[in-house]
Amino acid sequence: MAKVFIGCGAGFAGDRFDAAVPVVRTLATQPGERFLIYEVLAERTLAIAQKLRRENPQAGYSPFLDLYLPLVLRDCVDHGIRIVTNMGAANPVGGAHRVQALARELGIAGLRVAALTGDNLLDAMSADEVREQPVIEGLGLGERPIVAANAYLGADSVAAALATGAQVVLVGRTTDAALSLGPLLHVHGWRADQLDLLAQGTVCGHLLECGAQVTGAYFADPGFKDVPDLANVGFPIAEVASDGELLVTKAANTGGRVSRPTVIEQLLYEVHDPFNYLTPDVVLDMGEIEVQDIGTDLVRVSGARGKPPPATLKATVSMDAGWLGEGEISYAGPNALARAELAAQAVRERCRTIGVKEQVRVEVLGTFALFDGDDASRRARVQRPADGEYRVRAAVRSSERQVAQRVSDEVLSLYCSGPAGGAGVRQHVTPQIGTASILVDRKRVQPRITMVEHR
Amino acid sequence: MNTVTVALHALAHARAGDKGNRSNISVIAYRPEAFPFLLEQVTEARVLAVFAHKGARACRRYVLPNLQAMNFVIDDALEGGVNGSLCLDGHGKSFSFLLLGDIEVTVPASCLPK
Repeated sequence: MAKVFIGCGAGFAGDRFDAAVPVVRTLATQPGERFLIYEVLAERTLAIAQKLRRENPQAGYSPFLDLYLPLVLRDCVDHGIRIVTNMGAANPVGGAHRVQALARELGIAGLRVAALTGDNLLDAMSADEVREQPVIEGLGLGERPIVAANAYLGADSVAAALATGAQVVLVGRTTDAALSLGPLLHVHGWRADQLDLLAQGTVCGHLLECGAQVTGAYFADPGFKDVPDLANVGFPIAEVASDGELLVTKAANTGGRVSRPTVIEQLLYEVHDPFNYLTPDVVLDMGEIEVQDIGTDLVRVSGARGKPPPATLKATVSMDAGWLGEGEISYAGPNALARAELAAQAVRERCRTIGVKEQVRVEVLGTFALFDGDDASRRARVQRPADGEYRVRAAVRSSERQVAQRVSDEVLSLYCSGPAGGAGVRQHVTPQIGTASILVDRKRVQPRITMVEHR
Repeated sequence: MNTVTVALHALAHARAGDKGNRSNISVIAYRPEAFPFLLEQVTEARVLAVFAHKGARACRRYVLPNLQAMNFVIDDALEGGVNGSLCLDGHGKSFSFLLLGDIEVTVPASCLPK
């Protein structure tokens, strides 16, 4: 029975630059249709890409394209491994031209590259009309300037791009699972009404989309969940038969682990109702799923059920959301906790004195600050050693950059104006993106495929 | 029966994810024998109480017996989420361990992983 092999080279923008190399090496030895996917497009990443494109019409594709693809493009072409990735970000056509330029540098002739567009809602409707769509999650749109608005395209659009014969397909906003389900629709010819098959393919995509999160990374907990050679964790490869049989494994000669527990953790990752996981292709029901170890680093996943997809498409709208200002300083050795708390107190008081109106959080890392709330109720319950190592962190959100900077600078000033022994100040002032999810009519979204040939 | 009272961390593993201001935390028993006890003791109300100080308002539990797993969805647990929280962990990625450390369960000793 024909099999499709799908390897994942990145699970987020910032994932290991060379993770795909062993994946490609393994795929090259497999018989059948082979694909390499990269998922690098978070909501925030796409909003930033949109801004870059506005400044420069050639820009707006993922900056990771230049990091990831030169390492594997030659081998993928030589072995017939096709690449599907959302590195197109806000400008898939621009990204496709960049892939062709890379191919030229590598001496690859006649590469076929396809760009999938149509996810950008602002091409189809005005910002005002975007504001009129129903918000299902996140911030109200209000009057804040919209930076980006993108609908999640489904796997059918990715499959259509592959049907052109493209060796590299660059997309913008699709569901992450569509990067895998698209190749499966294309090769196996699954139809829109074969819902259980679409559900199995969606599970495949969901398991692969976070890279090593299914192969032992973000899992290791020494003594409880041990993972061999985590430093060299191998990225995942799925094998999917035309009847929907799904096996999950990983690149050969790498570290990590694929087992029933690693797969179950990733299966439920960022899922709300597991019986109704909504995608534009199918509503996935995980209720009957079975996960079985069938060999070393080899897991079979079966039993996904599908229901008809929703009538509307989900879209993400991104807005400017001001600035986050942060400053940190450390105290160590005898009486460090008291010195850290004195520093925190000083920052709080100074923020009041200089007239910061926004809420300022000042916390002491090392006292379970991650778990605490504004009321510091957990801190009050837990006795921490007086001596040790503690880090004070102040944070503020403001619509004004200056306020964010000022709060951060209050931590810096502790070097000379705070308690004894303050050390290691770091400051961050970063622009923030707010997001909201809306529903849009499918008819308003027209996927379009552009072939970008060697120029 | 020889029972032990232990932190959930001894019996189960977990992973936290976020969407907006909503957190989801899977809880997966290491051993199938432990799962019925977890179902009985790791309730929506107890999980909600763990996150009350963060502002959590509601908790829904989904049970997946085939996977010896539960999925908790906790509304407003993230102090506004990654785009709004002043907490260092705006995603609530560490919350899996907050849950595993805070909740204690009493089970037969045979439920502990070997």
